Amino acid sequence: MATIEAMTGDEVAAEAMRQINPDVVAAYPITPQTEVVQNFSQSVANGRVKTEMIRVESEHSAMSACVGASAAGVRAMTATCANGLALMWEIVYIAASYRLPIVMAVANRALSGPINIHCDHSDSMGARDSGWIQLYSENCQEVYDNLIQAVKIAEDKSVLLPVMVCFDGFIISHATERVEILDDEKVKNFIGEFKPQYPLLDLNNPVTYGPLDLFDYYFEHKRQQVEAMENAISVIEKVGKEYEKISGRKYELVEKYNLEASDMVIIAAGSTAGTIKATIDELKEKGINVGLLKIRTFRPFPHVQIRDALKDKLCVAVMDRSASFGARGGPIFLEIRSTLYEEKKKPVVVNYIYGLGGRETTVEHIKKVVDNLSKIKKTGKVDRLIDYLGVRE
Amino acid sequence: MKEKGWKEIPIGGLILEPGNAEKYLTGSWRTFRPVVNKEKCTSCLLCWIYCPDDSIIVEDEQMKGFRYEHCKGCGICKNVCPFKAIEMVEESKYQQIEK
Repeated sequence: MATIEAMTGDEVAAEAMRQINPDVVAAYPITPQTEVVQNFSQSVANGRVKTEMIRVESEHSAMSACVGASAAGVRAMTATCANGLALMWEIVYIAASYRLPIVMAVANRALSGPINIHCDHSDSMGARDSGWIQLYSENCQEVYDNLIQAVKIAEDKSVLLPVMVCFDGFIISHATERVEILDDEKVKNFIGEFKPQYPLLDLNNPVTYGPLDLFDYYFEHKRQQVEAMENAISVIEKVGKEYEKISGRKYELVEKYNLEASDMVIIAAGSTAGTIKATIDELKEKGINVGLLKIRTFRPFPHVQIRDALKDKLCVAVMDRSASFGARGGPIFLEIRSTLYEEKKKPVVVNYIYGLGGRETTVEHIKKVVDNLSKIKKTGKVDRLIDYLGVRE
Repeated sequence: MKEKGWKEIPIGGLILEPGNAEKYLTGSWRTFRPVVNKEKCTSCLLCWIYCPDDSIIVEDEQMKGFRYEHCKGCGICKNVCPFKAIEMVEESKYQQIEK
C-alpha cells in the first residue's frame, strides 16, 4: 500500500534516496538542494539506511567520491545544483565517460553571477553535453518517481550512464505537495540488487579505470557513449512502463496534454509545465484550445517522439528557462528546430526565454504566449522569433 | 597491432586484461636512446629498479641492454647509474645508420 504524505521536493528526494538505500552517498549542501542532504543525513544518523555517507569538502570531491564508489562496484548517489554542479564539472564528464551509473538529484538554480539562489535551468542545461541522462520533473511526485526510475535506467546493461533528475529550485524543492510514497519493499524489488559490470574491487577480475586514451581510441569510446544514449531511449520507455505497473502513474519520454485537441503547442520542461496545464484548462472553458508537449527526457533527446507529436501542428512556442548566449535561441528551441528540419510540412516554431533567476512565470504570462500563437496562426507572421517573457524593457 | 572498432573494445576506456601495456609499443616516442657501456656497467641493477617502463633486460642477474620497443627515452636510467655507464644518444643518429 502506498502512503500519502505532504512533502517538499527536497524531502521527497531524500525519501526516495532512503528507499533506494544507496551504498554510498557523497554530497555537499547548497541552496536549494540542502534539505535533500540534510534529510538523507537524518536517515543515515537514525540507522534507516545502510549507506556510507561521505561528508566531503566540496562538490568536486562529492562527484569524485561517487566515481570512486561506483567504479569500486557499489550504488552511489549525490545531489547538487547551480554552482555546486559547476564545481563538479570536471568529474561530471568523467562519471559519464567511465560509464558509471550514478544518480544525482539536481535542484535547478541559476548559475552565478550575479549571485542568485532561485530557479532556472542554466545549471543542468550547461551540462547537456556531459554524457548524463537528464530527466526533468514537473512536481514533487515526479521528483520521487524519476529518482526511483533513474536507478534502473542508469544501471541497465545497454545504457550504463549516470542520470540527473532535475527539479526546479524552490518552486519544487521547497513547495509542499501531496505525494504518494510506495512501500519500501516495492521500491527495493523494483530497482533490484546492483550488479556492477566491472567492479574495481573484484580481485579475481582486475580492471583498470581511467588509463590514458589518446587519438587512437578516445574517439571510439565517445562513439560508444553516443550509442549508450541511443539505447537509453527504449530503456527509459521500458522502465516507465514497469514503473506504471507498481505505481499506477504513467511515464513516457515526453508528456502530451490536450495535444490532440489543438494545432497550437507549447513545449516546456519542469514546473512551468504545470502552470501551462492550468492555463490550458482555463482557456479551454473559454473555447480556446492549446496543447502542451512536456519534455521529461532532454538527454537523450527523444526526437522521433517529438517529431511525431508535432505532426500536423501549425505553431509551436518553445519555453526555455535558460539562455544560450550567442546562440539562436535556448537549448530546447534549438533541439526542436533541428528535429523538424527534415519535415516537408513543419510548424512555425518560436522561442520564449523565461524565468531566469527565479523570475515568476504565471498563468498570465502563458496566456500572452497563447495570444501570440493565435496571432501567428491567423496571420502566419512572426514578430519575434526569440522573445523574453517577463523581462522589463 | 590492428586497431579495433568501437564495438570491439571495452566501454569507458576500461582495461580488462591486466598487463596488456606490453602490447602497446611506445619505442617510437623516443628522441634519445639509452646505450650502455658494458665496460663500466657492474649490473648493480639500479636502472632496472628505476625504469618506469620495465625496459631493462636482465638475465641471470646481469644487465643485458634495453627493450627498445617500449623504452620512451626518459633517461632516468642514465641519471641513476652510479658508474655513468649509460649514455643518451640522439635517436636520429641511429636512424641514419639503420637507413
